[in-house]
Order: sequence, then C-alpha cells, then structure tokens
Amino acid sequence: MLCCVCKEKEAKVHLTQIVGDKMQKVDLCEGCAAQKGVNDPAGFSLADLLLGLGASQEMEQSTGGGELKCPNCGFTQADFKKAGRLGCSECYVTFSEGLDGLLKTMHKGTKHMGKVPHALQQSRELSDRLKSLQKKLDKAVAEEDFEQAATMRDEIKATKDKLAGLSAN
Amino acid sequence: MNLHEFLLSPDESARREGPHNKIVMSSRVRLARNIKGAAFPGWAKKADRIKTLEVVRPAVESLPQMADHFSETMDNLTLLDKNILVERHLISREHAAKNAGSGLVFNREETLCVMINEEDHLRMQALRPGLQLKQAWQAIDQVDSKLEKKLEYAFSPDIGYLTACPTNLGTGIRVSAMLHLPGLVLAEQINQIIQAVNKLGLAVRGLYGEGTEALGNVFQVSNQMTLGEAETDIVERLSKVLSQIIEHEENARGTLLEKKPKTVYNHIGRAYGILANAHSISSKETMNLLSLMRLGVDLGLFPDLDRAPVDELFVVTQPNHLQKRYSDKLTAEERDLLRADMLRERLRTVSRPKPKPSPPTSDSEKS
Repeated sequence: MLCCVCKEKEAKVHLTQIVGDKMQKVDLCEGCAAQKGVNDPAGFSLADLLLGLGASQEMEQSTGGGELKCPNCGFTQADFKKAGRLGCSECYVTFSEGLDGLLKTMHKGTKHMGKVPHALQQSRELSDRLKSLQKKLDKAVAEEDFEQAATMRDEIKATKDKLAGLSAN
Repeated sequence: MNLHEFLLSPDESARREGPHNKIVMSSRVRLARNIKGAAFPGWAKKADRIKTLEVVRPAVESLPQMADHFSETMDNLTLLDKNILVERHLISREHAAKNAGSGLVFNREETLCVMINEEDHLRMQALRPGLQLKQAWQAIDQVDSKLEKKLEYAFSPDIGYLTACPTNLGTGIRVSAMLHLPGLVLAEQINQIIQAVNKLGLAVRGLYGEGTEALGNVFQVSNQMTLGEAETDIVERLSKVLSQIIEHEENARGTLLEKKPKTVYNHIGRAYGILANAHSISSKETMNLLSLMRLGVDLGLFPDLDRAPVDELFVVTQPNHLQKRYSDKLTAEERDLLRADMLRERLRTVSRPKPKPSPPTSDSEKS
C-alpha cells in the first residue's frame, strides 16, 4: 500500500479515527508521518490531515465515486484523486459538489473575499446601473413624464454601449 | 541576452537593504492565475502548453514594470542555469524541472519574477529585501491589474481565481518572509514558535534542506489559506505575526548574551575557526556556520565585517553556484575542497570575533 500523502513510498503508519459514525483511515510512509507530526503529542496537524483526507473521501462518496468527467478538458474524479490537482478552470464547475467540503476544511471560508478583475467589477456595476435605469424608465413612462423618459432612454443607451465596449475588449 | 550577464552579481544582490533585514532576509508575495478554459499546465498537452506560453509570455514582457527584462523558455536554459535560479530563489524547484512549454520572465532589479506554466499558467511574484510585505503586495497587485487587461483570467465571483490546486483557490496569494532565527534555535524556543505560528493557520518551513530540517537557521513563514479572506487581511495578519517573531528573536538573542555569553561566543568563535581554516567543507555545514557568523555580525563581534559579504557567501557557496564558477564538472568532494578554498580566501582579512567585555552579572553561567 502506498502512502496517501506522497503516493510514492510504502505506507508504514496506519491510523484509524472514528468521528461520529464515520471511520476514516490514513496510511502514511515514515517520512510523511514525521512531517505531519503524527508522533507529535500535540497532534495538531494530525487532526488537520484527517479532516483534509476525510473531505476527499467524502467527495468521492458524494459523487458516487463514479466517472464524473469534465466536459471541457476530460479530467476525471480518478485523475483528481491521483494528482491532487484539477484539470482546468471548468473542473471547478464539474466537481463543485464534492469540492465544497474539501474547501471548507482547507480554507478560512468558501466565499471569495478578495480582489475581483477590474473589467468584471465594472461590468457588474454597469449591469446593476442598467437595471435601475430601466426601472426609472418604466416609472417615467407610467407617469407620462416623457422628458424624464427620454433622459433615461439616452442613459440606458450610453450604459449599454459601455457594457458592449467592455466585452469587446 | 545571456542569463549570467543579466543576473545581479551575488555581491550586489546581498547589498540590497530593507527594514529589519537583520532578521528578515526577504519578503515575497506570489499570485497564482490561470487562463480561462485552458487546461492547467499539469494536465495540458505539450502543444496546448506552448500555445498558452505564446499568449502569456508577450503579455508579461510588455508590462511597464518589465521594461528591462530577461525572458526565456525553460527548454533553452541548461540544468545548471535553472538550478542557479533556484539557489537565487527566483524560481521554484518544480519550475526548474520544466522544459518546453514553460517560461520565465524577470526584471533587471530582480524584484519581479513571473513563472509561466509552473503548476498554474501564471505564478507571479514580487520580491523585496527585508520586511516589506505590503510593498510587495502592492507591486504584484499592480502587475496583476495590468495583466488582466491583456489576458482573460479564470475567475468565479463565488470562489475567486481558479487554480490547479484547490489549496490556492480564491486569492491565489502566498505571502512569505524568509527569516534568520539563530537566537530562537540556540535558545531552543524555535519549536514553540513554530507550533504557535502553525496554530494561526500559517506555515513554517526550513528554507534550505528537505522537509522540516532548517539549514542555516533560515525559516520561511507563509499563509496557507487563500479563500475566504481578502489579500490585505492576509498581508496584515502575517505582518503582525512576523513582528512578534522578530521581537521573540531579539529577546532570545538578548537573553542568551546576558545568561550564557560564553555559549554564544563559543558557537560563533568555532564557526569562524572552521570557516576560515577548513580545507574541505560541505554545503550544509557551511550554511549552519555562516548563520552563526551572521549572528556574530549582528551582535557586533566582527567590527570589520558587514552582513552583506556573509549573505553573499550564503549564495555563492551553494553547489550550483560553485559549479558555475569552475568549468569542469565537479564531484561533491571536489566542490567541498573548492568551497573551503573560497571561504578561507574570503575570510583571510576578517579578524577573529572579539567578545564584548563581560557584564558584571555574567558569572551566573555555570558550564
């Protein structure tokens, strides 16, 4: 049996942890066991390790362990298990269900809180603006305020042009 | 242009100054980015990797920050050159193993380095001497903002920048600092520090050497989580932890000098003795002893020696730098002889460490 961390050396350390009604098994080579601090009485990283690997086992189960395959790049569940890497950006959509649990154990949260590409940010702001302008236009038409309606129509056109310009770039 | 004509000389490189560079050797912020729809480098076919490289490389080269740059594909660099770039901390070991379809672009000052088709399509990093995490983040943020106009990134509003490994997902950021912590190692407090830092969700690794072994008392501290937190928060959190580590290191040095001055002088004196007189010395031993010399400089025991020449020796005594200096292929044994020759020559004019006069309370030490 190969070590489930490095997947290179023979596993010599076998651990079983029972959490609730679930049993998790981890098999490690001596090097990885030492590195993961398995012998460390604080046992801090061991818990992390178990959680992390547990999640990937969960991922396998939640997708039925079947041959889920990315339509964009042909990457499969089995490939992910082997490489620990995904095939392309679309894989995040294909495997999203199983990845969720994995991300929870890996990161501080599962929602991106950081930088957003500027063009995307801009187009999001413009579409929001377009929606609110459309509402104002509808309201002006209903109230037969044609001067206001004309202004809104012009602004909607200008905003649409800007949006079109963004996606053309 | 030839790589070696472009690279800063180790001497120039070691002379760069930054805040707290007594303890913080360098700061680095790396961002991982990928091109929408294209297979990640580890899964892509060679032809696809070459295609991505041909799109990404000109975009990187045309950055204003890269006005004066070195750019090459990995198959056009020799193994020795790649290893030298690893020893300079410009590229990862993983990238050094790449060939056709991967590339590298870095600027003249060596403050900006972009690896193309490493684990992700783009791994861009800003490097600064000393403790300058914020500056490094701002620099790489600007580069990224320029590049996103030319390249279509794989991005999801929910889970951020999409990366080959889910551990980098979200911000794709890795903020790290290289620390020289001989005080904490000598005081045997380093493991406590590492455990405390780990509990904060940060990683501590020995920079040289494999696994947990830290050669030369040099450690790298970095964030592990990349999703669910903004870049500036990550930078801020790491900065706070680093300033605490710096304080602990300074305290450890102060306490050692006060309580066990003889132990400290003994370590530094022996390090000098061996480095200045050995006729054969391994790279590993050199690192560990240079670390003690560096501590000696910090503590003022070598009045006629600056930190820069010691830092330069850290770089030039590494195996591939030595190999480059001599044209013939060297065995490890031959390198050990040449390394010792170089060290004896460099330290010829450095006089032995002068312990400071013992303070009256130093008799508390029993040995």
